[in-house]
Amino acid sequence: MKKKETNATVYEGRNVFLRLFGYLARVKGRALLALLLVITSNGFALVGPYLSGKAIDAIGFDSATKTANVDFRQVFTFCALMALFYVLSAGLSYALNVTMIKLTQSITRRIRGEAYNKLLELPVGYFDKLQAGDVISRLSYDMDTINASFAGNILQIVTSTIAVFGSFFCMLAISPGMLGVFLLTVPLSVTYTLYKSKKVRPLFRRRSADLGELSGFTEEMLSGAKTIRAYGREKAFSERYGKRNTEASESFCTADQRAGGTLGPSVNFINNVSLSMIGSVGAVMLVLGIMTPGNIASFILYSKRFTGPINEFSNILADLQSLRSAAERVFGMMDEAPETPDAPDAKPLGQVKGEVVFEHVHFGYEEGKEILHGLDLKVEAGSTVAIVGPTGGGKTTIVNLLMRFYDPTSGRILLDGVPIDSLPRRDLRRAFTMVLQETWLMGGTVAENIAYGRQGATREDVERAARAAGIHDFILTLPRGYDTRMEDGGLNVSKGQKQLLTIARSMLSDASMLILDEATSNVDTRTEQKIEKAMLRLMEGKTCFVIAHRLSTVQNADCILVVRDGDVVEKGTHEELMKKEGFYASLYQSQFS
Amino acid sequence: MKRMMTYIRPYYGYMALTIVIKFIGTVMDLVIPYLISHMIDYVAPSVTREHLSPIFWWGGVMVLCAAVALVCNVSANWRTSRFASLVTRKLRGDLFDKILSLSAAQTDRLTVPSLVARMTSDTYTVNGMLGVIFRSGLRAPLLLIGGVALTLSIEPVLAMTMIAVLPPLGFFVTVISRKGIRLHRRKQKRVDTMVEKVRDSFTGIRVIKALSKIDREKDDFREVNETLSRSEEKAGIVTGLSNPVSSLVLNLGMTAVVALGAWRVFTGHTMPGQIIAFLSYFSIILNSTLGLSFVFNHLSRGAASIGRITEVLEEKEEMLLLPSREAVEGAPFLEFRNVSFSYDKKSTVLQDISFSLEKGQTLGILGGTGSGKSTLIALMLRFYDPDQGEILFEGRPLASCDPREVRGRLGVVFQNDFLMADTLEENILFTRSLSHPMVEKAALAAQALPFIEEKEGGFDYRLTTKGNNLSGGQRQRVLLSRAMASSPELLILDDAASALDYKTDAALRRAISEHYASAACVVVAQRVSSVKGANCILVLEGGRTVGQGTHEELLSECEIYREIARSQMGVTE
Repeated sequence: MKKKETNATVYEGRNVFLRLFGYLARVKGRALLALLLVITSNGFALVGPYLSGKAIDAIGFDSATKTANVDFRQVFTFCALMALFYVLSAGLSYALNVTMIKLTQSITRRIRGEAYNKLLELPVGYFDKLQAGDVISRLSYDMDTINASFAGNILQIVTSTIAVFGSFFCMLAISPGMLGVFLLTVPLSVTYTLYKSKKVRPLFRRRSADLGELSGFTEEMLSGAKTIRAYGREKAFSERYGKRNTEASESFCTADQRAGGTLGPSVNFINNVSLSMIGSVGAVMLVLGIMTPGNIASFILYSKRFTGPINEFSNILADLQSLRSAAERVFGMMDEAPETPDAPDAKPLGQVKGEVVFEHVHFGYEEGKEILHGLDLKVEAGSTVAIVGPTGGGKTTIVNLLMRFYDPTSGRILLDGVPIDSLPRRDLRRAFTMVLQETWLMGGTVAENIAYGRQGATREDVERAARAAGIHDFILTLPRGYDTRMEDGGLNVSKGQKQLLTIARSMLSDASMLILDEATSNVDTRTEQKIEKAMLRLMEGKTCFVIAHRLSTVQNADCILVVRDGDVVEKGTHEELMKKEGFYASLYQSQFS
Repeated sequence: MKRMMTYIRPYYGYMALTIVIKFIGTVMDLVIPYLISHMIDYVAPSVTREHLSPIFWWGGVMVLCAAVALVCNVSANWRTSRFASLVTRKLRGDLFDKILSLSAAQTDRLTVPSLVARMTSDTYTVNGMLGVIFRSGLRAPLLLIGGVALTLSIEPVLAMTMIAVLPPLGFFVTVISRKGIRLHRRKQKRVDTMVEKVRDSFTGIRVIKALSKIDREKDDFREVNETLSRSEEKAGIVTGLSNPVSSLVLNLGMTAVVALGAWRVFTGHTMPGQIIAFLSYFSIILNSTLGLSFVFNHLSRGAASIGRITEVLEEKEEMLLLPSREAVEGAPFLEFRNVSFSYDKKSTVLQDISFSLEKGQTLGILGGTGSGKSTLIALMLRFYDPDQGEILFEGRPLASCDPREVRGRLGVVFQNDFLMADTLEENILFTRSLSHPMVEKAALAAQALPFIEEKEGGFDYRLTTKGNNLSGGQRQRVLLSRAMASSPELLILDDAASALDYKTDAALRRAISEHYASAACVVVAQRVSSVKGANCILVLEGGRTVGQGTHEELLSECEIYREIARSQMGVTE
């Protein structure tokens, strides 16, 4: 298999971080609290080594005579102070922890919610191309990455900066000479880290993309598991999965090795070297009598606080790379062009009569492949239009245009004399109710699924609709009746029954136009006859568009459009068309052959 | 967890060496502060201003140690990353295979969204966890033990003071991480719900938009999102407790050391240089404990995911194979004897179904929605075993036939069958090694060739996911081509031509009887015209056979059949 090109585009650009900061800015209060807590708890932590240095000096050891003149009062005062500061610092750090978790969660929640909302606003065509698994990976794995590293890292940067500057000044106060050592090592660490993080960036991008693809493939294959089993092709598909699995694991591993695996120890090495130098220089200064042992002890503790964060920076930079690629994927999805926005002067749609006119409509799903070549059609309010023709002839296209899932390349469509692209989409779609060939039911209960058709539908409404659709008795046989949950795979509900549920759902809707797109193709003809009355009631007074290949269902339409290769080749009533002895007549006859 | 060990076991040697390397690296890290304290306490006092060279010698030794630490740590980290990714890869691969081998009932029970989440989100977590455990998880205890050992060697009495705080601390961290496992498990369940919601919206986007229910979907998702987020928050707040508590306890222990140290210096048992070294080691011990609690944090997250993965891996083989038997000469190709079945062992879906089918014959199955047609197919494929009665394949029980052998000999199209994001050719081949002429022949018979040839690239035309860039009728014809491409001995078509217009359907039936004449066909349909020519038609209603025979026989004998025929053709022939 070749690489898929169907993944949603990846958001490029430097402002990923800026955009993330935008989210941080929206929770200013918490962020400021977190900052305050960081500064104080780290300030307190810096006091510790100072106090312990003081305490050690208070021991007053004379290395020449090897005797000590301990000032116990001072030692214990300093120790008590130490204890106090440590308790405060621990309390603050837990408070900080909680604040941070709440902060990050509110950011992740917002981004995830926005990403999902955005997803729903994308044009339908986007869903035909994109894999659910890839989107799931963006909303779970990539969001997790953002969750784990964004706010935490910012905090870490703040903490580290404070620690670095704080300990720098403390060391400066103790011995400016010894500080010289760092002039050598710090630029080295910084340069190395920056260089390295630039190099690993593409690796993390690759890693996120590979995982997305793997999960897309997983989702796809699991949804086809039944077929794979039926053909006994488990092994072959397992091999294909194996290949992708290996790729994804490899890129995960490489990114890991090149970033955290190398960077951390390297910076640690530089730090160790500076520690060795400080030790040596310190020893020399001790010999020269410039420093006391207590000074050296404090200096070494501070130097750890100084180099530790620098070490930390290198980890953060590696992390930021993975954060960046995750955020790019999430934002990339959020930046897909949504359905063209409603016209600014869009007027709300009032009472709809239901007159529809197609004027010279040209359309094609792909550029250069036009399938509607200038369709003209006038549908009177309350009449029924049937669209028939061979499969793949472009019957569904008309519906896609009517509902504005797609817009025509040229020409216009009018509803009650108003071009539909000047109407708010929501109003336009609300004017229709539709039953599609592909049934779709959501996860909730049976009752919830039917009630989906109208806001605030009561249980009585739901049952009435179910009765009208002829599914009431079936529902009662379900384990929990109307409260049975429609879980994935819904093993006890056949396609036909699902279709009846969706018919019940549209029975609840009070729209003035109805689209039946192969609505009864999954329902057997006897059942169909049983619900025919209900269907007729559903159609009453509505402008109906009926797409069907079973010609018996369309004979009574006011107008039948015969569509072939996107063109309306014949138009008229059943009788007229039969008399014509054209394409329709031959289709009609063939069903009895 | 036990199951997890079988994945780690092959790497025992590899990881043992890694641990040794890591150990050397860690020891080197530890030696440096030791050398500093040695320098200040012993070397510095012994040198004079004129001969400082010993100090630089010792400095050189320290740099050397740092270099060794670098080499060891990098190598150990690389090995760990490799190990974690190899284990995860195997785990993921096995999980995939296992999921494919699950019975239909098991898949129904576990649900696809949850399986997807386990394959993705959970395996990422395990990968992360393995990395952390063997990177920090090795270093932290080594540093801890090393740090403790060194403090003991310098000043046993002071060291004991600090060590005393470790056991209660350990207990505390364990309790927290246990609680963490439970919370993370709950969180993963919420992830399942989220995955389910996203999948739902995906498949239903047209309806959602058509019904203008975008806002309602958004509300639903907000709720899902919030519950997920809350459960994550809770897990974080609980496990986040271990860090501040650990550092507090250790810092207090450390304060006690300084106070006690003053007394020990006073009594001449120790020297300040040793307390300084002590402070250095103390920060190592502190960091390693923090490291450990970090590891435990990941461990509790990972354990929750491992639990969910092994739950799948340990699903028992449900469709056991009976001892294999020889095919019986002269027995019917496929036979159902008084078969009854229910999904839940309570409400019967099929009752007392009997028929037999020879090669070259066609069995038509006709029935309304919910009559049990698709269930009958599922039994033929042994997705489920019947509650009563026997299913015989070439005279032997279906349960005794190797499914791989049986399934290799058949072609099947389900309702709403599966097309993947790949070329038309690949979708028809379906990983089988069939020649292109066979594919073309099947496409011709399936009435798919004309539209395939119109597509850009012909058989190399790429389908988007689920074949969304084809119309319903085109999809069915590709699926039919798939079913016929291997010239199967048994062809099962479950409502496989419902989206085809009558003309195409008729041509399809003609082509099958012409080109695949030797195959036994099972055709499930709702249209009489699709099964009219069958050797035997089974009319199902409510899971029972209400009519069985040829079209003509049924027309004269079976009231229900007559009614169906009349509804579709408007005539009784």
